[in-house]
Amino acid sequence: MALEAKNIYFRYGRKQPWILEDCTLKIDRGERLAVSAPSGYGKTTLALLLAGYLKPEKGEILLDDKPLPAKGICPVQLIYQHPEKAVNPRWRLKRVLEESGKLREDVLDAFGIERAWLDRFPRELSGGELQRFCVARALMSGADYLICDEISTMLDVITQAQIWNVVLEEADKRNMGIIAVTHNKHLAERIATRMIDLSE
Amino acid sequence: MRNLNRRTQVVILTAFMTIILIAVFSFGLLIPDDAVVGSFLSAKQPPSLAHPFGTDALGRDLFLRTLKGMAVSMTVGTAASMISAVIAVFVGIAAATGSKCVDALINWFIDVVMGVPHTILVILISFALGRGLKGLLVGIAATHWCSLARLIRGEVLQLRSQQYVAVSRKLGKSGGWILVHHLLPHLVPQFVVGLILLFPHAILHEASVSFLGFGLPPEQPAIGIILSESMRYIQTGMWWSAVLPGLTLVLIVLLVDKLGDNLRMIMDPYSAQD
Ligand SMILES: Nc1ncnc2c1ncn2[C@@H]1O[C@H](COP(=O)(O)OP(=O)(O)OP(=O)(O)O)[C@@H](O)[C@H]1O
Ligand SMILES: [Mg+2]
Repeated sequence: MALEAKNIYFRYGRKQPWILEDCTLKIDRGERLAVSAPSGYGKTTLALLLAGYLKPEKGEILLDDKPLPAKGICPVQLIYQHPEKAVNPRWRLKRVLEESGKLREDVLDAFGIERAWLDRFPRELSGGELQRFCVARALMSGADYLICDEISTMLDVITQAQIWNVVLEEADKRNMGIIAVTHNKHLAERIATRMIDLSE
Repeated sequence: MRNLNRRTQVVILTAFMTIILIAVFSFGLLIPDDAVVGSFLSAKQPPSLAHPFGTDALGRDLFLRTLKGMAVSMTVGTAASMISAVIAVFVGIAAATGSKCVDALINWFIDVVMGVPHTILVILISFALGRGLKGLLVGIAATHWCSLARLIRGEVLQLRSQQYVAVSRKLGKSGGWILVHHLLPHLVPQFVVGLILLFPHAILHEASVSFLGFGLPPEQPAIGIILSESMRYIQTGMWWSAVLPGLTLVLIVLLVDKLGDNLRMIMDPYSAQD
């Protein structure tokens, strides 16, 4: 039961430099991995690869020794750095959430999502409020692995702690694997069971 | 009006404009043929209470004739732009979602259609289908979908690269579901605006082709035929016979244009807030 990247190579086009070369990484269910690296080192790229949004040029991404499923709800869900790009700007937030299945009241409460927000459009919420929706959506999809790409950089410390508490609680309950991309050493130490640095 | 919000105002205005257009259209349709039979006694009269637009060289009432012609032109214009716009949506989506080969083929075909002058193509198609309403409709529809199809192709390509579309796919949604729920609603404003922009084109092509004798027969006097007829008499000082029907055409086209803008605001609150 693991998600792993096996010797993957990736670049954004033939003439571009390699972003990832011979990168290998493995995470078990129930494990929480913090990934850090300076800006531009390819953390987001790695996250996109692991979640199946991009295909590696060489090497493979395996989930329980099989490639990621092409159809159906993907068991690996990615939460983006920029929530405003990850929701349809013309949808009310209720619809955004329901795209991943039935609304779960307990998740909404845990994130402090006010019911009035559900009838608003994304542009009528702050970035932090919107990010809670994106995290909630990923959790409600029933994913086994959650990849969080600097999901809390834009949030204040209290909201940050609140969101991570909910995520970690859910992860414990469902034995999920978490990969958290972050610059924040304190956060990494608090949430992760293991840490890697891409620049090393 | 102050305490109504902007959206409600726009809705009311739009409803009002729609009513005017429908009124012009249905009034024009309802005018019987013998209402526009003139006599030489009343020929070449300037505008008066009895004849608001005056009369033409054959003594026919130009107001009734203009309305009647407007109804014919609006039928042709609306039907042709609708067919064109629907073709454009299908072709645009096919190009953007199909394989590279399909895309290249469609782009090549668009280049070909756009390369031939519209009027010639409309005349050829209309002629081949035996003139009349059907030939004209097919001719105009077949030549006017190209630029809208391009626009929609670009829009769909851009939408498909959006993160939320990728997220939707990872949440297990099929290509068809994404097309219906994420892509098509985005295209509605494009579609409406495209339709509106096509309308004047369609009317003008109809007029020019009818004028050249390859479109509607003279017994079915569309606005273009009225205008071209009046050109013969304008030098004799019958200014009204060209100016008033012409103004009516311009007004109707402007009204349709504004209607399109308003509809976009109503249907697409997201972009209207910008
Ligand atoms: N779509 C793309 N096309 C071409 N190059 C890209 C693309 N996305 C990212 N890159 C390049 O890949 C490199 C790694 O980008 P990436 O976004 O993965 O970095 P990151 O570690 O997440 O940075 P940050 O901490 O700023 O988020 C950068 O040099 C960037 O310019
Ligand atoms: Mg990044």
